[in-house]
Parts: sequence; structure tokens; C-alpha cells
Amino acid sequence: MSVDAATVRRIAQLARIAVTEAEVPHLQGELNAMLAFVEQLSEVNVDGVEPMTSVTPMEMKKRADLVNDGEIPDDIVRNAPETQNHFFLVPKVVE
Amino acid sequence: MTDLTSMTIAEAKAGLANKSFTSLELTDAHLAAIEAARSLNAFILETPDQARAMARAIDAKIIKGEGGPLAGIPLGIKDLFATKDVRTTACSKILGNFVPPYESTVTSQLWRDGAVMLGKLNNDEFAMGSSNETSCFGPVVNPWRREGSNTTLVPGGSSGGSASAVAALLCMGATATDTGGSIRQPAAFTATVGVKPTYGRCSRWGIVAFASSLDQAGPIARTVRDSAILMRSMAGHDPKDTTSVDRTVPDYEAAIGKSVKGMKIGIPKEYRLDGMPAEIEKLWTEGAAWLKAAGAELVEVSLPHTKYALPAYYIVAPAEASSNLARYDGVRYGLRVPGRSIGELYQNTRAEGFGDEVRRRVMIGTYVLSAGYYDAYYLRAQKVRTLIKKDFEDCFAKGVSAILTPATPSAAFGVGEKGGADPVEMYLNDIFTVTVNMAGLPGIAVPAGKDAQGLPLGLQLIGRPFDEETLFSLGEVVEQAAGRFTPQRWW
Repeated sequence: MSVDAATVRRIAQLARIAVTEAEVPHLQGELNAMLAFVEQLSEVNVDGVEPMTSVTPMEMKKRADLVNDGEIPDDIVRNAPETQNHFFLVPKVVE
Repeated sequence: MTDLTSMTIAEAKAGLANKSFTSLELTDAHLAAIEAARSLNAFILETPDQARAMARAIDAKIIKGEGGPLAGIPLGIKDLFATKDVRTTACSKILGNFVPPYESTVTSQLWRDGAVMLGKLNNDEFAMGSSNETSCFGPVVNPWRREGSNTTLVPGGSSGGSASAVAALLCMGATATDTGGSIRQPAAFTATVGVKPTYGRCSRWGIVAFASSLDQAGPIARTVRDSAILMRSMAGHDPKDTTSVDRTVPDYEAAIGKSVKGMKIGIPKEYRLDGMPAEIEKLWTEGAAWLKAAGAELVEVSLPHTKYALPAYYIVAPAEASSNLARYDGVRYGLRVPGRSIGELYQNTRAEGFGDEVRRRVMIGTYVLSAGYYDAYYLRAQKVRTLIKKDFEDCFAKGVSAILTPATPSAAFGVGEKGGADPVEMYLNDIFTVTVNMAGLPGIAVPAGKDAQGLPLGLQLIGRPFDEETLFSLGEVVEQAAGRFTPQRWW
């Protein structure tokens, strides 16, 4: 399988990465090189094989349903580019 | 100064214990070495004030006999580990000037045991790379050069800063992380020892995530013993990482010098690649002979799905990366590039903040997870991963204690030499190491010789899950036979 220019633009949109028209052909070439490389997996017989979900067999650990952290809003917003009164600021999303 | 920086951790521990020198003296010697080696670009942030403060504090404890297993040992920390109040960037522009208000579990355990932090080490952006050329701080220089040449060589990656700094005697050991070979490949390129522990052995909490089902932290050091000393402090259960395993941490150092007599060592025939340099082939044969001379029994084994590990990895790892890196949105931390809408803000921030390799992997990961392609790519790759793991399980079920392979398909290469036209060319560096991550196994890279141009080459030993001890015992045999290799100082 390979991707065309429209698919490259769609993937970029899904990945939320702005891509200029000039970058599309180059990216298309790179993505197709990667897809050509992984193509060899289609020759493996995977009938009846379970997909791996956990590389180390272990039971899912569960913690007690308790609040065990928090009350640190200064720490939470400390690295944010724009904040106001412990809120993250973003461009207007609701008209 | 030279004497203080060229010691092993084991020697420095003895020297500190018998008061031959203080941690402050040891730390100052390393800080001076770092300053004199800035051309290597291994450290991207030096923290001398903090280092001296930590050294003074630990000196006071050593006097009272309360030091801890790493008391006074100066270390470098890969920039993927969150360090409280010290800038942590994963060497990506998108994290910008991120200063974590918390400490990663692994590093907190090193400080608990008395180690001293010298600073943060360069790596490939988000640990995506095999040459340390994708870092937003620029490439790291390998202290090794080809004989009679001053061509700048890469130290490997992604833990290139860690490997370069340890090899150049800038720190006594370093933390590193390994998702597809990022500890073992740079160790092999710099004649250092690198350990990738079993998945779940070290906590991933506070380490910038790349591909969560593959990422493991581990040490890079100058000897097998030193790597065992560091491993003991780095490993251990952490309730904050649900994949961290609740098992006792053994005294790994006690495995050094243990007899390997009667151990079955597998030599996988699938690792004999067409066009493999004769020197690598020779090194591998030599390594097998050393283990045999130490009493081990060599057996040919088959890992039939080996060739599919790398392609499967380049689906699984980017898929997980695309999900993990979704958090970099310009809102909560790091870089923000404005846009007219929030969607534009995300897109502009991520376009500006991610480097080429990261963007490529996020995009391919997004594609293989997208509707209509998930089954064909991601699900199939996860099935192949099951088969890769089963290959190893079958092998271990036949009584094999460990598997011996080359660590890399070549010695270190020049900056800018690989991957320019086709990203896959760079990916092939991890061909011998990536299977280990896919199967969640422990692996160690040990320096074993040099190529015709005088560059170091390493061997890899792959162990059973949670049997790092056998790797340390076998690694010691290789190290004793091969000797140690130190680069000529030119920087």
C-alpha cells in the first residue's frame, strides 16, 4: 500500500500538524518508504495468532479509588504558556 | 584530575569509603572534564551548583557512615528523565523550557542511594533516532575517531549523550532509555556497557514517553560491574507505573564473577545477515569462543521471525508515539505557536515544535491507527510481535540461558552519513537490538573488540525475562576476555 498526496494531507490533519503544500511531496516519499519497508509483514502467516496486548504477563493492577494527590494548582500551571487564575488559556472555542 | 575521572564506580566507591578523596573532589573533577569537553555536545545542561551541593551533602553523610550504595558517585542524566526544578526537554523544541515540578522514579532512586547529578545529557528528539542527530540541541560527537582521521562520528542513539559522556570520562555512569536499541547501540559505538532491563523492571514514571510498551530505562557505564551497581538502584517496583513489576531487586553485583559453566548459550542463525562485515562475524565467533572457554555450551538456535521484528517495530512504535505525543498541544506546557482557532494553535505548535523524524513517526503512527488501516497494519504487527516473543520462549524452553549476537551491524558512522534520502537506512541500525524490546527481554551490550579502523564493536547478550543476573555473569566473561577500550583524548 502507498499513500497519495491527499492522504498525506489527511494524515497531517488527523495528527494536528500543519503541513505546507511544498512539504507534501517530500513527506509522501518518506511515508511511502516506511510503508514499503513494513509491507513484508504481509507474508507472515498470522492465522489464529493473538495480538500482543502485554509483553510481560501480569494481572492489571488496580489502586484504591481514593484521591491521593492534588491541591497543587501552582505546580500544574507552572509550565503553561498562558494562564489566568489557575486556568489554561486557549483561543475562543465557543462563539 | 585524570585519576579521579578515569576510575570505575566500584573503585570510586572504595576510594570514597576509605576517605582517599571526597565526593566534592570527585564531582569537581568531573565538572572540569565536562567543561573541557563541550565540543562533544554530550551535556545540554550542566548543573554545577546543584552537583556541588549534592556532593557536600553526601560527604557529610559519608563521614557519619550513612552514605548509601551510590554515595558520592557523579552521574549524568539523559534529558528524557524528568528532574525536579531542572529543565527537561527530551531534546525537543516542543518542550521548550519545561521545568518539571516532580522527579522521575528512577532518578529519585539514584539520589536516594547517594548519587550526584552533574547535568542533563543530549539524546535524539523524544528518543527517536539511532545517531543522536535528531536532537534540537544538535548532534553529539563520539569521542572515538577512525585511526588517522578526524572525521566526526556519531555516538549512536538515542542515548548518544549518555554513551559519549561515559566513554569520554565526563561522568562515571549515566541513565539511558531503550525502545529499540537506544541503550545498547550507542554503548556498542562508544565501547561502553549498556543494559536494557526486562520490561517492567524499572519504573517508567517521570520518563518522557515514546512507545510505552517498549520503553525501558537502564544504565550506561564503563564496566559490567558498574552497570550492575547502577541497575540495582534504578530497578524496583513503583505503584505509579502500572507496568512496573513487583519483584525483589537482586544484588546484581553479586552475579559478577559467577561461573557460567554448563550454561547453554544460543547462537541464532537468523542473525547471520547477508553482507554482514567480516569483522562483526569474526567478533561474534570470538565472543562465542570466550564463553566456551569459560565452560558454557554453545548451541545453534533458530528465531525464525527475526527479520520481521524491525518492520513490526516501525508500526508499533510510531503508533504508540502518535498517541503519547498527542499531549503536546501548546496549552499545558512547552512551546505555543498562536493560531486563529484552537485547531490552528495545535497544528502550528506541533509543526513548529516537532523535528522531521518525530513528525514522520507521528504521521505514520496516525496512519496505521486510522480507520480502515488498523487491522492491516497495527493489529497484524501486534500478532507478529506475539510470534517474535514465542520464538524466544521456544528457545528458552530448550534450556538456553542466554543468546549471543552482535550488538550492531556496523561500527560508528559519520555525522550526516546515513538516512538522508531514506529513513529506513538509519532504522537498520537496530536490526539486532529491536527484537529484544518487542519481546520485553533484558539485553546487555558489552565492548568486545575493534574494527580495522580502530573503532569499537560490541556484542549483545539476550536473557530470559528478569534474569539480568545471568547477563552480568556472561558479560563479565566477555569483558575479561576482550579487555577495556578507552578513546584517545583529542577534545
